[in-house]
Amino acid sequence: MRSLAAAMAFTLAVAAGAAAETVGDAERGVDVFRKCSACHQVGKSAINRVGPHLNGVFGRTAGTVERFKYSKHMQRASADGLVWTYETLDAFLENPKSMVSATRMNFQGLKKAQDRADVLAYLRRFSDNPRDIPESEPTLRLDDPNLDPAVLTLEGDPDYGEYLSSECTTCHQADGSNQGIPPITNWPHENFVVAMHAYKQQLRPHPVMRMVAGRLSDEEIAALAAYFGGLE
Amino acid sequence: MKFGRRQFIGTTVGAAAALSAPAVLGQARPRVVVIGGGAGGATAARYVAKDSKGAIDVTLIEPTRRYYTCFFSNLYIGGFHEMAALGHGYGKLASDYGVNVLHDYAIGVDRGAKTVALAGGGSVPYDRLILSPGIDFKEGSVPGWDLTSQNAMPHAYKGGTQAELLKAQVEAMPEGGVFCMVAPPNPYRCPPGPYERVSMVAHVLKARNPTAKILIVDPKPKFSKQALFEEGWQDHYAGMVDRIGPDFGGDVVEVRPDSMEVVIDGTVEKVDVCNVIPAMKAGHIAALAGVTDEAGWAPVVPASMQSRMDENIHVLGDAAQQGDMPKSGFAANSQAKVCAMAVRAALTGSKVFPAKFSNTCWSLIETDDGVKVGATYKPTEEKIAKVDGFISQTGEAAGLRKRTYEESIGWYAGITADMFG
Repeated sequence: MRSLAAAMAFTLAVAAGAAAETVGDAERGVDVFRKCSACHQVGKSAINRVGPHLNGVFGRTAGTVERFKYSKHMQRASADGLVWTYETLDAFLENPKSMVSATRMNFQGLKKAQDRADVLAYLRRFSDNPRDIPESEPTLRLDDPNLDPAVLTLEGDPDYGEYLSSECTTCHQADGSNQGIPPITNWPHENFVVAMHAYKQQLRPHPVMRMVAGRLSDEEIAALAAYFGGLE
Repeated sequence: MKFGRRQFIGTTVGAAAALSAPAVLGQARPRVVVIGGGAGGATAARYVAKDSKGAIDVTLIEPTRRYYTCFFSNLYIGGFHEMAALGHGYGKLASDYGVNVLHDYAIGVDRGAKTVALAGGGSVPYDRLILSPGIDFKEGSVPGWDLTSQNAMPHAYKGGTQAELLKAQVEAMPEGGVFCMVAPPNPYRCPPGPYERVSMVAHVLKARNPTAKILIVDPKPKFSKQALFEEGWQDHYAGMVDRIGPDFGGDVVEVRPDSMEVVIDGTVEKVDVCNVIPAMKAGHIAALAGVTDEAGWAPVVPASMQSRMDENIHVLGDAAQQGDMPKSGFAANSQAKVCAMAVRAALTGSKVFPAKFSNTCWSLIETDDGVKVGATYKPTEEKIAKVDGFISQTGEAAGLRKRTYEESIGWYAGITADMFG
């Protein structure tokens, strides 16, 4: 039953996606990629440099290019099952730290949706299957994972956040130490909010966090960000 | 500080709550007594004391000076954890939070006078009583077994000494011997616990005594995380574990501790170690307080964990009959925070936020092979109802399983800090 339901959900998503938007302009993507090429190579002779090569990135589990040394955070995302799809790459390129908190990819992000669509259209040329149909996987667009800017500027109630935080401190340490579960205190407000929404929208991969974030409202996420952001 | 809409509502609710509790307003400090210092009780005591900032007098009654968690005791049996690492003291609850920790047994509750009688002779008064006594065993649920047999056939289902005994027995098993587990009927503490234990015993036997066998006698047709455990047993301990379910008489069992025999639907099996986990009921003090039903559990109001039989008593964790949440340390800890909020609101008029409950249970199958199941819950009129959930999948990558195990270690550190400060 579970797998049947999952298959149906997938079919629905594909149908909805096909009707939505087409992918970007790969030719323009060549230009956008110049921002990436200081660290990343792609194409026939691509090798790992500061960052891993980007051949076959679509459909690949994050952090799995051979002989590349990834950050601990990317390794964790990898173990948690983060797979590079159009949606996850789009979210990562917009703000890398929203997806992988302390990735070594020191890049402020591509804020324009069109730039991301274009560079991903370019990158898909170097991923298999089926590479010549723009509206099909892996570059098919599903729902837009962007956040309403108003969500980022919502002022949270730290008292409410303190109550809600008791659900977090069953696993996360209130003193901010890391004993096997990542610390969540003292994050910049926006990073906290974006990360929680990435779980809520099922972009970040961890099942417990998807479940916990999934039922938090925008106000509740803002309240938690306000509370944990203010902890010493 | 801004005076926002939320604060205003909070104040109004507070005023109303305070008006409805004039008896409490008349005295210096309202008194909360907590019976049981485990995942539910220690958390509740700490949160009431911490969040009321001295406005409520909190007493915790717990007989043991050092508390050994039942959760992770299977990992101790498997050799992954030291028993010492599972022990926790109550010093910080006293020194950092001002909780009055009474090491004594509660032996009765006078609901009219609102006092708790202690085995040591005294009694303590309360305005609100929080019962978190865990479980006791139903007498006669496994014919042939009673508390006098627990050395020959340990239950090892309350942490500490019994877990040490069972581990020693497993390690002393003769070559090619038989470990038998009599699994409990629903509902019981820690649904995946018996099967994680089988995994841990198998892990020990695989290294020390690989021709030994494990026999599970189970009254239940199915069990928690069944597909995950069965896959793991096949992968790691092929041919070692056999389970007899109710189809083959697993529900008709008698034990003979003197001769180390188990009689399954009339067939006598000679075994070397026998782990009998009997049917359970709420910790006995709940029955003495008169808040349990015929099934032996304490029905509660979901939004506040108040007993349905006495609004001045709250019941937490394994002892409570609340609906969809499993009986687990995580669940007790989650319920304790909702309860602490409700108790503070009733006694001091503090803000009430919507109750949220959650649970996750991790189990270890073999070294670095961890799995988990979890869900979120909300209160309805009738029960605590499941909202959403997940479970590990069969065939997961080794890296994910290792990460899941490491996460469980982090959770242990998190929940024990949340309980004991």
